[in-house]
Amino acid sequence: MEALDLARWQFGVTTVYHFLFVPLTIGLGVFVAGLQTAWHRTGSEHYLRLTKFFGKLFLINFAMGVVTGIVQEFQFGMNWSEYSVFVGDVFGAPLALEALLAFFLESTFLGLWIFGWDKLPKRVHLATIWAAVIGSNLSAYFILAANAWMKHPVGYEVTGGPGGGRARMTDLWAVLTNSTALAQVPHVVAAAFIVAGGFVLAVCGYNIRKERRADPDRTVPLRRGAADMWRTPMRAALVMTAIAGAVVAGSGDLSGKLLHEQQPMKLAAAEGLDRDTAGAAFSPVPGIEVPMLLSLLATNDPDAVVRGTEDLQAEFAERFGPGDYRPNVPVVYASFRVMITFGLATVALSVLGLWLTRRRRPVPGWFARACLLALPLPTIAMIAGWLLSEIGRQPWTVQGELLTAASVSPGVSLTEVAVSLAVFTLLYGLLAVAEAVLLVRHVKAGPEPAAPSEPAPPVSGDGTTAAVLQPTLMY
Amino acid sequence: MELTTFWFAVIAFLWTGFFVLEGFDFGVGMLLPVLSRDEADRKQVLGTIGPVWDGNEVWLISAVGAMFAAFPAWYAGFLSEFYLPIVLVLVGLIVRGVGLEWRGKVHHASDRTWCDLGITAGSALPAFLWGAVFADLLHDSALAALIGGVFSLTLCLLHGAVFVALKTSGPVRARARRTAMAVSAAALPAGVVALSGIPATGTAVAEWGASPWLWGCALAAMAALAAGTALTWRGRDGWAFTATASSVALTGAAVFSALWPAPLPGLTVAEAASGPYTLGVLTWIGLIALPFVVGYQTWSYWVFRRRLVAEPS
Repeated sequence: MEALDLARWQFGVTTVYHFLFVPLTIGLGVFVAGLQTAWHRTGSEHYLRLTKFFGKLFLINFAMGVVTGIVQEFQFGMNWSEYSVFVGDVFGAPLALEALLAFFLESTFLGLWIFGWDKLPKRVHLATIWAAVIGSNLSAYFILAANAWMKHPVGYEVTGGPGGGRARMTDLWAVLTNSTALAQVPHVVAAAFIVAGGFVLAVCGYNIRKERRADPDRTVPLRRGAADMWRTPMRAALVMTAIAGAVVAGSGDLSGKLLHEQQPMKLAAAEGLDRDTAGAAFSPVPGIEVPMLLSLLATNDPDAVVRGTEDLQAEFAERFGPGDYRPNVPVVYASFRVMITFGLATVALSVLGLWLTRRRRPVPGWFARACLLALPLPTIAMIAGWLLSEIGRQPWTVQGELLTAASVSPGVSLTEVAVSLAVFTLLYGLLAVAEAVLLVRHVKAGPEPAAPSEPAPPVSGDGTTAAVLQPTLMY
Repeated sequence: MELTTFWFAVIAFLWTGFFVLEGFDFGVGMLLPVLSRDEADRKQVLGTIGPVWDGNEVWLISAVGAMFAAFPAWYAGFLSEFYLPIVLVLVGLIVRGVGLEWRGKVHHASDRTWCDLGITAGSALPAFLWGAVFADLLHDSALAALIGGVFSLTLCLLHGAVFVALKTSGPVRARARRTAMAVSAAALPAGVVALSGIPATGTAVAEWGASPWLWGCALAAMAALAAGTALTWRGRDGWAFTATASSVALTGAAVFSALWPAPLPGLTVAEAASGPYTLGVLTWIGLIALPFVVGYQTWSYWVFRRRLVAEPS
């Protein structure tokens, strides 16, 4: 066991954990903003209650996304100082831009949204949530552009000799419009909308079942167009998930073609292909092979040659010197299939749901129950996608330029990394339980009842003071 | 001014902005159990920072992000050198952030107590550790680190108490003022020792050790600290807060001036810097974006400018 192994584990643990919360911040934020917009336009109390209900779930999750994100920003320098020194000139720029252009927007306007319900004009208050979610989505773009650069470095040159080399940025625009980034950003952001859509579906499904169980004699008739608290958000989430599914599929296909050109080793590992193969087959699940499909997916040409891990290994060893340039093939292979299967299953569920609830039909009970699956499925798909993407890039941190083994901090001891790995894993585990309990309690409690009349905030005589508390969203 | 100097100044500005802004909300977090007697008090105390603390924390993220982009070797050397203290800082920021966001959303009083514990401990850890880390960087001594940590901790306490006095009314404000006076009894001597150490030694090159500018910053920081105490005693909350904020800012200016031009032992700013292309393009984007950032953050303080009164129970 070396510091390098633990540093990799720490990066894996903290990043996967961070990404449990990020998709909800990205997708659920937009969903809440949409609900508030609907309230603003219709004036319907129903939308206000939903805004506050989902808003609270959003904020519980948002806190975790923020605090686990701070660790990410520091971790490169702590555990990966050689990497940081090598890439900082290029990789640091999108991170700095993320903080300056996205995080300030997100956090400042979210503070205004949470505490501004009775302090801002309605229209301005609505704008604050939109500004915050634009910030969240913008941050996704910058960090994914930085990540894409590790897989397909562009817009740079390397100066300095071996050991003292530095990547120097020559073209920021090239970095920000990297073809890998342009495929990856819609793929990951749309996947985040699927995760968020799945979360909303599960919450709505749970509540529909709860209402039906509480009312077994159907005093509220289940007829077409019957008033239903949860049908509207469920339909909205179904639409969101289905559209995002189309984007994920399209950008995923594009990513596959870019892999063929830019990271053939990852593609070979994802299919478990040993040798360069013309007309390569694709096996969606182990045991079933569709002839020529991989070649078709990778190049649009069913007869094209797809590279194999062993042939690439020989080529890389010749080009970069002796060493093992193959990633962990079984993990990459499995991740690829889990991502595709679980992701497609969620999208299929949403398309099915759209059809079942078409033309104001009520939500079937069994479908409400099936919606509970929409919580874990896309989340697992998302994690698998990241494992495919990042483990598939190994042994490189920067494809073709810097090896992971050469990226780790030389001065940090095994003990130090072990301590921080233990501390973060333990803390994250506890917080995961706390967050899950908190979310479940809030989902079970349901939305606040429609307020008969908002209690007027106490205003002191001189008008220079403000009440501490507004309803529902405050400390 | 050449770009490396400019970016060193930008990073000093971002760190200093972080200490000025998050300094008071660290203080408020630490003083939560001291300033409140019941839940209404606690809501009032935390309400002063509720809308703004997260935006304040982004100053830290920006400072570290800017270090990564502009001085990769400084960023990497700094964070890997102070590995375990940084782990503890992160733990503090995590439990504090979660506590602040969750305490209004938990259902039981006991859960709220856990959140409060996270807020208090999570504010104290970084408030102490950042001071200790920067003092250790300057003096490379455990004693200096301890003094630096005590100073930054007490300075945050004072800054936070003065901020609560400025932003509240009634018994909480009275308690905040008394607390500020009590804390200043520790902050003033710690400040005199810590600040007078900055110009004397450090990794900075020798001629800066004798610099009148450094002495000016350090002495002005002490004077602002004393003025903050005196103005609190006089009940001039706004001016007192201005004074403690100036004291934090001047301390930041002194620390970063002492770190120039070698922010880490054996590493100069020029060696650590990114290339002119990166620094140039970041300069343009920063110059365009920063006024907007400062503008809307100022606006958010303006929206929440009023003193908070206790919630009628």
